[in-house]
Amino acid sequence: MEAVVTVRDLRMRYGDNDVLTGVDFDIRRGEVVCLLGPNGAGKTTTIEILEGFRIRSAGDVSVMGQDPAHADDNWRAHTGVVLQSWRDHPRWTPRRLLTQLGGYFAPYSTPVRPRPHDIDLLLETVGLTELADRKIATLSGGQRRRLDVAVGIVGRPELLFLDEPTAGFDPQARRDFHGVVRSLADSEGTTILLTTHDLDEAEKLADRVLLLAAGRIVADDTVDGLARRLEGEAQVRWTAAGQRHVESVPDATRFVRALFDELGDAVEDLEVRRASLEDAYLALVQQHEAGHGEAAARLFAEVTG
Amino acid sequence: MNPTWNAVSLGLQRGWTEFVQSVRSTQDQGFYLFTAALAVGYLFLRRDTEVEGTDLLLPSVALPSILGALIAFGVIIGPAYALAMEKEDGTLLRHKAVPHGLQGYFTGQLLFQSLSLLPQMVVILVPSFLLFDDLMAEPSGWLTVAWVIVLGLLATMPIGMVIGALVPSTQKVGTWGMLPVMVLAGISGIFYPVQQLWEWVQVIAQVFPMYWIALGMRSAFLPEEAAALEIGGSWRTAETVAVLGTWAVVGAVVTPMVLRRMARRQTGSQVEAARDASLQWVR
Repeated sequence: MEAVVTVRDLRMRYGDNDVLTGVDFDIRRGEVVCLLGPNGAGKTTTIEILEGFRIRSAGDVSVMGQDPAHADDNWRAHTGVVLQSWRDHPRWTPRRLLTQLGGYFAPYSTPVRPRPHDIDLLLETVGLTELADRKIATLSGGQRRRLDVAVGIVGRPELLFLDEPTAGFDPQARRDFHGVVRSLADSEGTTILLTTHDLDEAEKLADRVLLLAAGRIVADDTVDGLARRLEGEAQVRWTAAGQRHVESVPDATRFVRALFDELGDAVEDLEVRRASLEDAYLALVQQHEAGHGEAAARLFAEVTG
Repeated sequence: MNPTWNAVSLGLQRGWTEFVQSVRSTQDQGFYLFTAALAVGYLFLRRDTEVEGTDLLLPSVALPSILGALIAFGVIIGPAYALAMEKEDGTLLRHKAVPHGLQGYFTGQLLFQSLSLLPQMVVILVPSFLLFDDLMAEPSGWLTVAWVIVLGLLATMPIGMVIGALVPSTQKVGTWGMLPVMVLAGISGIFYPVQQLWEWVQVIAQVFPMYWIALGMRSAFLPEEAAALEIGGSWRTAETVAVLGTWAVVGAVVTPMVLRRMARRQTGSQVEAARDASLQWVR
């Protein structure tokens, strides 16, 4: 498949602070890719560079065939950005705002991809039909974010960027949102790059996860692939003759078979736990937050590598 | 469909929508009525005061001057606040994320800010014409009012946009926009003849557009003899056109550059930082 986004040795430095120290990855057409990492790992910086909103310090970046730092309006017409708004357009209604902003895409309409989206359908997709004619100032935080998503996709983008899209969502809103993102990818073939610090969200949405830590990509794989790579020692717990036992073993299957051969029916409450991706990710986040980002990134890269 | 013209037409729709929403908002109605009450109240209190050297009453002379000052004030402070706020709340960023969006956004601002003068003028003119006599010497003066307003808009709106683009935060519009414009109103012959001030202050006042807009308005409203009260005993129409025209040309050249620079620097992080800052008033 053809690469829609290509990033090579991307670097970003603010003053003396190196935020990105050499980021490499590709995104292929139609993929949903999650940029996962602890807060402050450089996710927002990376996505803003790809959106063309921020100028990088060094490296090569190509997004839909153009350098986003110098991309033209035609390029804009084919990309969508979901922004985190907080109080813009308070006197507008969702319908009015979507009609207004969608209008900019009309000159870029093609028979295959009519632009902009039908506004009523779009409002329905994000669940704002009932609120379509209310002032935006009266919307709740979650409703406002759904409007943000609608604004991001009103031009039927081929490539969509979302930065921490579900921050502040309640569980129901989050689930609805995941549905919208999946259907965009499945029915429209939209390529999607989103950032999150939530492993669970990455797991639910992404075809592929890019784990960003200490300014570089320390893992690039599917969630399952990442989990498999982490397969190391497993913990086996059991009770025999009223006594609780715990053992860390490299091959749990063989160990358990041997255990049954030896003790038979005396084995009770058997439990086998594998070190999960979640454990590894949490350890990484904790290290990062304690200020040992570099060490944490190395460790994670070793474990998964 | 040409994307640029499409953007301009969307911008005009945007400006009109913003205007209608503003006129319907109690907040903005309150602002218009407040300025009107101040201006008309001042004129009413001094309704019997005679202007020295003429047979005119104070409202006749002061009304055009006040209108001139309000035009300059509204068209500088309005866009300055709008831009400062809309680069913080993400309005500008939204337009940066759509093709030709910034052209539409600035077209909308231009139309909205210009239209905003209408209710401002109406709420002052209507009660003034009901309360006071001899306000407009010749009906042909309305024609002068029209071109002075248009030229005044072109001369002053770029100043407001540049201030709005350059201020680091909305709270700073007070210091960098409001304060200088207030000082300018104080020295531009709005409430007393500029000749009463030191000569160097008069020079400063005549560098900026506010004095000339007010002078142009007086030339529109007052009879020919009243020109005797002005510097050089004349309305100096040619000079008015020259000074305001120069500001308009400089503004037309400089403003797009400043706005482009501002738009280039807009990022989501900046919007987020502004949101965090707004939650943290004490620093």
